[in-house]
Amino acid sequence: LIARPADPAEPVLRVEKPGLLTTVQDLGRPGHRKFGVPPSGAMDRFALAAANRLVGNPETAAGLECALTGPTLLALQPCLVAVTGADFTPTIDGAEIPSWTGVYLPAGERLSFAGRRWGARCYIAVAGGLGGSRWLGSLSTYLLVEKGGHEGRTLESGDSLRLAGPAPRPLIAGRHLSRRLQPAYGREPALATLPGPHFTRLARTSRTAAWKSTFEVSRDADRMGFRLQGPQLEGGGRELLSIGLTAGAVQLPIGGQPILLMADHQTAGGYPVILGVSRAALPLAAQLLPGDRLSFQEVSVAAAQEQWRGTRAALEEIS
Amino acid sequence: MPEKTWPLGDAALLVELGTRIDTALNARCHALAAALEKRSGVREAFAGYSTVTVHYDPERTSYTAIKSAISKLLKEKPRVGPSGRLHRIPVSYDGPDLAESAELLRMTVPQLVALHSKPIYRVFMVGFVPGFAYLGPLPAALNLPRRRVPRTHVPAGSVAMAGEQTGIYPLPTPGGWHLLGRTQMPMFLPENDPPSLLRPGDRVKFHPIGTP
Repeated sequence: LIARPADPAEPVLRVEKPGLLTTVQDLGRPGHRKFGVPPSGAMDRFALAAANRLVGNPETAAGLECALTGPTLLALQPCLVAVTGADFTPTIDGAEIPSWTGVYLPAGERLSFAGRRWGARCYIAVAGGLGGSRWLGSLSTYLLVEKGGHEGRTLESGDSLRLAGPAPRPLIAGRHLSRRLQPAYGREPALATLPGPHFTRLARTSRTAAWKSTFEVSRDADRMGFRLQGPQLEGGGRELLSIGLTAGAVQLPIGGQPILLMADHQTAGGYPVILGVSRAALPLAAQLLPGDRLSFQEVSVAAAQEQWRGTRAALEEIS
Repeated sequence: MPEKTWPLGDAALLVELGTRIDTALNARCHALAAALEKRSGVREAFAGYSTVTVHYDPERTSYTAIKSAISKLLKEKPRVGPSGRLHRIPVSYDGPDLAESAELLRMTVPQLVALHSKPIYRVFMVGFVPGFAYLGPLPAALNLPRRRVPRTHVPAGSVAMAGEQTGIYPLPTPGGWHLLGRTQMPMFLPENDPPSLLRPGDRVKFHPIGTP
């Protein structure tokens, strides 16, 4: 237990090194798609929700999403932190700390990262949740319009981070989520997926190829979506009247190479939607880097929803 | 034509009421989306031109329950919704594709400007990026396919058209439509909720203004 929890009126962390692309994210701003605003939020929602629970926050609190490299954060006040998602070798003052665990960070010590071992995005939660500017009900940073989070931008050296509110009490370090309860992360995941509205427009051989092939994540992969490279899929290319989209939708543009939509996806589009990746599988996709591979494994709506309940149950183990 | 429904992942579905750009059909989609958003377990319903994408919470409702609710709602006599707000938008018709578009359409630039600024367009939906309104229908005489090579940078405020659609780019983004002119009127209003000047069902009339 920490005797004196951090004061939300004062900065709790100072950014000494920002990392490559570190943004404040919560679970997003659904409900504004009809005005063209994507839900945004953590790419790996499981990892952020787990990090929050590990420090006693509601799952919806804001934390940091760090792509490829982690930041160096100096504690200005003592706090409780948890690092989840990708493994970038988290350390406190040089000594490695366990991931997926609530850890006490004393004032004057530094949380930093010694290098990427696995994965694309790691998450840092702080007891009390990170503050920032709320846009349309969410603290998630949406870089395209420079709104939400820390001044609508990626973190920079010298930034001071405040808590959203007082840390929940008592602060308990040592909460942990075991490996068996984490998603089945890997460098070549099979994503539980449903056929999409325009799947039957694919040529027969392409329907088989969609399920049997592996696709590589191309260099064109960001928070909006991943362009995939794989077998040429035939029959989707024609443009349709634009429809409302969602994260996990797989579009097939002219050219036959699919796009998997992610958190900052465009809210409407006219390319055929051939597949829909399930909610439980999106965290696996969120941890892929260009060059990693994936495949699509057909599931029913009921089976996908059952997998999601399993995911929820794993999160609820953290209490 | 009976509606068609498909899952879109495990927490959303798409229902298609037709396959054309049509004001009455689009109005039906918006009415359906509004009715569905009142149901428990429906998080969000997005009306496209002729479709509705329904985001739902599978712990509170189900794919089949929404599907049957849709069939029921569509049997009811369509209610005529209030006509949306009318926006008069001043446009300087001096875009980089204006002359080429006129040539491709075998008309003069003044004819193109007159045709484009004559109708009162409907906002069929807002999407792609925040504040981007899909307007139409465009007069048939103005239908051109998208540019073969999309631009990587279209300035905010560009008034453009492609196919049966016209619209205004709210933000600097890539884009494949033909750029006819520009407006100074901001489309993306980040400090407002909703953050878009144009809302589904609104009407838009372009007014040509002299170039300074």
